[in-house]
Amino acid sequence: MIVAIIFFLVVVGSVVFHIFTPWWWTPIASNWGGIDDTIVLTFWITGLVFIAIGLFVVYCVWKFKYQKDRRSEYKPEDSKLEFRLTLITTLGVAALLAPGLIVWNTFVTVPKDAYEIEVLANQWSWSYRLPGKDGKLGKTDIKNINDKNPFGINKEDKNGGDDILVQNGPLHLLINRPVKVLLRSTDVLHNFYIPQFRAKMDMLPGSVTYYWFEPTRLGEFEVLCAEFCGTGHYAMKGKVIVDKKINYNNWLAQQTTYVQSLAKVNANIKQVVKLTK
Amino acid sequence: MSEDYNKFKLEAKSSEMLNDENTSSIKIQDTESEVPEQDLYHPKSFITKWIFCQDAKVIGIQYSITAIAIGLVALVLSWLMRLQLGFPETFSYLTPAGYYQFVTMHGMIMVVYLLTALFLGGFGNFLIPLMVGARDMVFPYVNMISYWMYFIAVIVLVSSFFVPGGPTGAGWTLYPPQAITSGTPGSNGGIALMLISLSLFVIGFTMGGLNYIVTILQGRTRGMTLMRMPLTIWGIFTATVLAMLAFPALIVACIMMTLDSLLGTSFFMPSMVQMGEHLKYGGGSPILFQHLFWFFGHPEVYIVALPAFGIVSDLISVHARKNIFGYRMMVWAIVIIGALSFFVWAHHMYVSGMNPWFGFFFATTTLIIAVPTAIKVYNWVLTLWRGNIRLNIPMLFSLAFIITFVNGGITGLFLGNVIVDVPLSDTYFVVAHFHMVMGIAPILVIFGGIYHWYPLITGRFLHEGMGKFHFWVSFLGSYAIYFPMHYLGFIGVPRRYYEMYNSPYIPTSAQGLNAFITVAALIVGFAQLVFLYNIISSIRLGKIAEKNPWQACSLEWQTEYVPPRHGNFGKKLPIVYRWAYDFSVPGAKQDYIPQNVPPSEVPEARTEKT
Repeated sequence: MIVAIIFFLVVVGSVVFHIFTPWWWTPIASNWGGIDDTIVLTFWITGLVFIAIGLFVVYCVWKFKYQKDRRSEYKPEDSKLEFRLTLITTLGVAALLAPGLIVWNTFVTVPKDAYEIEVLANQWSWSYRLPGKDGKLGKTDIKNINDKNPFGINKEDKNGGDDILVQNGPLHLLINRPVKVLLRSTDVLHNFYIPQFRAKMDMLPGSVTYYWFEPTRLGEFEVLCAEFCGTGHYAMKGKVIVDKKINYNNWLAQQTTYVQSLAKVNANIKQVVKLTK
Repeated sequence: MSEDYNKFKLEAKSSEMLNDENTSSIKIQDTESEVPEQDLYHPKSFITKWIFCQDAKVIGIQYSITAIAIGLVALVLSWLMRLQLGFPETFSYLTPAGYYQFVTMHGMIMVVYLLTALFLGGFGNFLIPLMVGARDMVFPYVNMISYWMYFIAVIVLVSSFFVPGGPTGAGWTLYPPQAITSGTPGSNGGIALMLISLSLFVIGFTMGGLNYIVTILQGRTRGMTLMRMPLTIWGIFTATVLAMLAFPALIVACIMMTLDSLLGTSFFMPSMVQMGEHLKYGGGSPILFQHLFWFFGHPEVYIVALPAFGIVSDLISVHARKNIFGYRMMVWAIVIIGALSFFVWAHHMYVSGMNPWFGFFFATTTLIIAVPTAIKVYNWVLTLWRGNIRLNIPMLFSLAFIITFVNGGITGLFLGNVIVDVPLSDTYFVVAHFHMVMGIAPILVIFGGIYHWYPLITGRFLHEGMGKFHFWVSFLGSYAIYFPMHYLGFIGVPRRYYEMYNSPYIPTSAQGLNAFITVAALIVGFAQLVFLYNIISSIRLGKIAEKNPWQACSLEWQTEYVPPRHGNFGKKLPIVYRWAYDFSVPGAKQDYIPQNVPPSEVPEARTEKT
């Protein structure tokens, strides 16, 4: 009796906890509401299964407790019942999978009007590269990376010169515009993750990965690294600010391009050389 | 073949033959076996009896003791981690590097050195020969070496705590490039010893695994057809086959990474710039390692889960006094799950940067696995239906297994459904999921199994009161740890964070939850000490168990002596006439008919064709 009651409380308690939990999604700030909906659907289907099986166990424990003079039912198989259960489960699984795959299809299909930006991760900080006036990012290679060229931009590529480099400080994004983030790493695995945007993807040295999303809420958001990257993993944080067009353009105008930063570095070097003479 | 054997075979063939009047008069004939009996090396000294022992039962106990000992190390590591997470300001002894080292060692020990070794090395060794009616494993000497290789692997693993730089802190997945570059603790000696230890483990385990497979296929006693084997054996058998196919991927990955680390090859290492310096690597693929690792890693989940499935089926059946419902379906479900487990590995890699179109394939295969798994759950609970349920400790653990496994299984449906995985991967939802489904649920079965078979191993029962205490604290405590933890994942709290509570999006109450989880973890941990005390003290003080104290049908309880001696059975090997689940057969005097009872001894029982 007590056993049945405790198991009953565990099952019911789980459901009550779920309904009244103070811990739930961080409010969404991107177009990926479809992901949240899929999760809610998953909760309904799997939750019902959990409750049904849990309560069935409780009922059996309560009803069929051991009695010396009683015998269990003798029924090795029931192929009809087993077939029905298999069918219902298959339908349930299909009901979970189909919507999930539809949303995944949207997730991997980047809209044509998305603008591109690049996120570059290294141990343990974030930097960003935006296309300049030509609207194109220059080609890069890890082998080109040095003090003067932290992104490894290919000097031969004409598109690279006007690329805007953001090395310290937050990344700004336009509200209600789909953006494709190209993800690069110079050293180990990282993952560009903003909980409010829901999306994430690992960054690998030697590859360019990507995902897309559309910010739908103005404000500041924290960037976290979501793939273990060594001792400083937990401290690898950054900031993203979602802006209206005017503020975004103001911010963009203040950033330096690759050519400008190169000139600055060279000027500094000359000055240092002069001073030491 | 003699005339007698043909007659005998008829009776041994199936228990329902009895209903046929013509065969009921056949008497069992003592027939010679077609092959001579196995030649066993009987121990002559303390060393050959307890140290370099060739008796599978002793080897099983050696495996279990070693696994539990190293598991206790991992338990203590988890306390230290939880103190850091729950009370970061009170306990400042742990550096980030130390934290990551503890996380890594905790994970690796629990998955490989505790769970795999305990289920297959411990339960497998002890139960396989007894349950299939063999005198021992078919290769006892190799079996002995298998244990000692495992022992050396554990020693090498532990020694990595004492090398300069400490053990590896790469996370139990050991992803390169980070595992062997300088930003990660233990990236020199620590990772090398880890890789060597894993390789030794695989070598040792292959010796044991071949033994289990060959013994089950070739060493079964007469009448023990495959479809009469207890589900415990089916679970262990399928898991071992998986291990034989999955571990090669691991050892290959270990060797390649060792070469990358020590000789500077670039299997997994692309060109990199670390801390402003160009490393000498180039051209390798970090994703390749992930594919190899998870090609091992996902079947590994089932290497742990399938024996648990099998054992819990037997515990439920015995203690509900009812045959396992849908036995054939259960067998096929185990086999199908095992086979499918090789086609789902990349669901661990949905956001790894592999081609995103793979997501469609792996989400589909992953969710298909849910069907045979759900069937197993249905059949467990249908076994309880109209049973005669003894609520003793093995049964309590089995019931708790059902609840925690269903809970952990359905969160698997979240993570397997590729788009749902995107926000949840690398958060505490994943941590909660895999602890529930692969930590708590199988460990509850291990506990249930120990309470169930302890009387066979020692001839005494474990203490009931301590057992109940251990059960309730372990079950309710671990549920209180991992159930709420899922919700940290919904907030978006990332895993593998040394500390995280200055993030603006995390409510401060989440810190309270973390403190609660830590306290619960400490309590659950201490309950395990009571369990250990119970195991040790009951060897001498426990209530003496009579023969077959649970009235079970399977062969391990039908030995001549309890505990069974070397060679397991008496002069004659048992002959099997029925499956292991003839409980509450209508007409039979007792509510169970052991597997080695011929139909002619229970003429009144009306068994169905099974």
